[in-house]
Amino acid sequence: MSTVVPDPEAPTAIERRGIRLGDALFKGVALVAAVGVAAVLGLLTYKVFALAWPAIQREGLSFLWTQAWNPNTNVYGALTFIYGTVVTSVIALLIATPLSIAIALFLTEIASKRVAAPIATMVELLAAIPSVVLGLWGILVFGPWVANHLEPFLTQWFGFLPIFSGDPSQAGLLPAALVLTIMIIPITSAICRELFSRVPRDLSDGSLALGSTRWEAIRRVAIPYVAPGISAAVLLGLGRAFGEAIAVNQVIGNGNTISRSLFPPADTLGSRIASSYVGASSVIEAQSLLYLGAILLVISLITNVSAQMIVNRFQKARRLSTG
Amino acid sequence: MSATDITDPFDLTSRSNNLVRRRRVERLVSVLAILSAVAAVVLLALVLGTVLFKGLSQLDLAFFTKPAALYGVKGGIADALVGSLLIVLMAMLMAVPVAILVAIYVAEYAGPKAASAFRVMLDVLNGVPAIIVGIFIYGLLVVGHGQSAVYASISLAILMVPMVARATQEMLELVPRHLREASLALGVPRWRTVASIVLPTAIGGILTGVVIAVARVAGETAPLLFTSSITQNQISFNIHNALPTLPLRIFTLSESPSPDDQAAAWAAAFVLIAFVLVMNILAKVFAGRKRRSLEGR
Repeated sequence: MSTVVPDPEAPTAIERRGIRLGDALFKGVALVAAVGVAAVLGLLTYKVFALAWPAIQREGLSFLWTQAWNPNTNVYGALTFIYGTVVTSVIALLIATPLSIAIALFLTEIASKRVAAPIATMVELLAAIPSVVLGLWGILVFGPWVANHLEPFLTQWFGFLPIFSGDPSQAGLLPAALVLTIMIIPITSAICRELFSRVPRDLSDGSLALGSTRWEAIRRVAIPYVAPGISAAVLLGLGRAFGEAIAVNQVIGNGNTISRSLFPPADTLGSRIASSYVGASSVIEAQSLLYLGAILLVISLITNVSAQMIVNRFQKARRLSTG
Repeated sequence: MSATDITDPFDLTSRSNNLVRRRRVERLVSVLAILSAVAAVVLLALVLGTVLFKGLSQLDLAFFTKPAALYGVKGGIADALVGSLLIVLMAMLMAVPVAILVAIYVAEYAGPKAASAFRVMLDVLNGVPAIIVGIFIYGLLVVGHGQSAVYASISLAILMVPMVARATQEMLELVPRHLREASLALGVPRWRTVASIVLPTAIGGILTGVVIAVARVAGETAPLLFTSSITQNQISFNIHNALPTLPLRIFTLSESPSPDDQAAAWAAAFVLIAFVLVMNILAKVFAGRKRRSLEGR
């Protein structure tokens, strides 16, 4: 039994080299694809800045806090659009975050599986609605409702606040922020749901066994456990809200000024680029629009990278604590 | 430390620890959570219902066979359908093979550090706003060459790759180790193990990712503004010219004051939504198949 009989089926040296070559080739092609995609991200960042460079050189950093957009006199500044972007996105998040957490709690803690599954699917479908269709609904249905019902209501009860003063308007910051809210709820609630479903059973059971109510177990055990994940979800939602151009463009009204009220037309970075680039009246305006694009890219890179860092640290900490 | 002023913690009939108030808070929170979920469902129903109600009544055969008409006349969407179909198809052909290769590298070959770096890179690329991708392709290709459906599909492919790659990579990592080990132990080379054991096992999940990504980019408008917006409203299969597309048609019609245009916008939105919903149902079917194949049934 101990004699080694050469296996006639065993690969010869040449065949073995073929196998190794196939492996190396396959790995090589896959690596090229992966590095290629990374290179696209790098090239994209470079190209957007290269396109914006003439405007960055001409306008300098003061572009960031100049409030103007006048193609006739060729005076341009980004402040109106940075303001519009930040205000719409922050309002959207202030509404969407508690709603998303509540939806996630409903799906993981309250609803039975039979109820949770179809509702989770419907929330996912909300994310599937193309932004241009949501914008169409926003401009023709939602905007008029906001102007005729929501804004008069807000003025009546909270009119002493400057943000709810002034004449109602179909297009403006408020409808844009609310449309963004609809767009980010599915994103943040899906992540929150995933987070809550990962809270170790014994932790919440322990809290319940000590006599806390279900809500106390959620607030004092589950929410602290997933808090870093929720902040990452919020940042991802924020990144999405910052970058949305089309739906916002349809409902925000392309205003040129900063107003204390949320009602009158305004504009965001993405929306201004979408509405003006094709019809830009001069090279200088086109370059200034590209400058807006570079600002938008920087903002969304920062939000996304910080979200990733939080997620990574969260996962590492969990791995250490469980393993 | 006298023991007399401490209430018995096991006395559940005692009201001293605010049990009533705590129960009330719990009930309130439950109601709020239920209301939030109901609000999300109602929103979906509102948007879908409006599109269905306003769009369906406008649909007839001519809407699908005629191209867009001049201002004030009711036209069709045949030209935009052809353009969207060609552009999304090309984007899919470009993005899917690349995305699957990237996923294979990350899941099968890369070390833990490289894998996590590539994952972050894909997620960051996924977070780049669509309009920025449009500017990028505009600066890289459209300047000097003019708009074209090919460039539009490249920009959509850039949006698709991270979505498909992440979905695929997660699926590949779900494939049980013992399947790979069994194949390698039989002397099957690594690449054939991946191609004939790992990929087929994960195929359901990969298809789910592809279908969802296709649905997402089919409705994407912003990159098309830069790459395929200056078009003639006639049916054309010439992919080297800018072609009219469904999302961009909805976008321009939605901002028109003409009631006819708005009616056409609803009808076009209905067609787009119907496509997206069908793709999502398809994704559910593939996801079901994935679960069965991973469970070995």
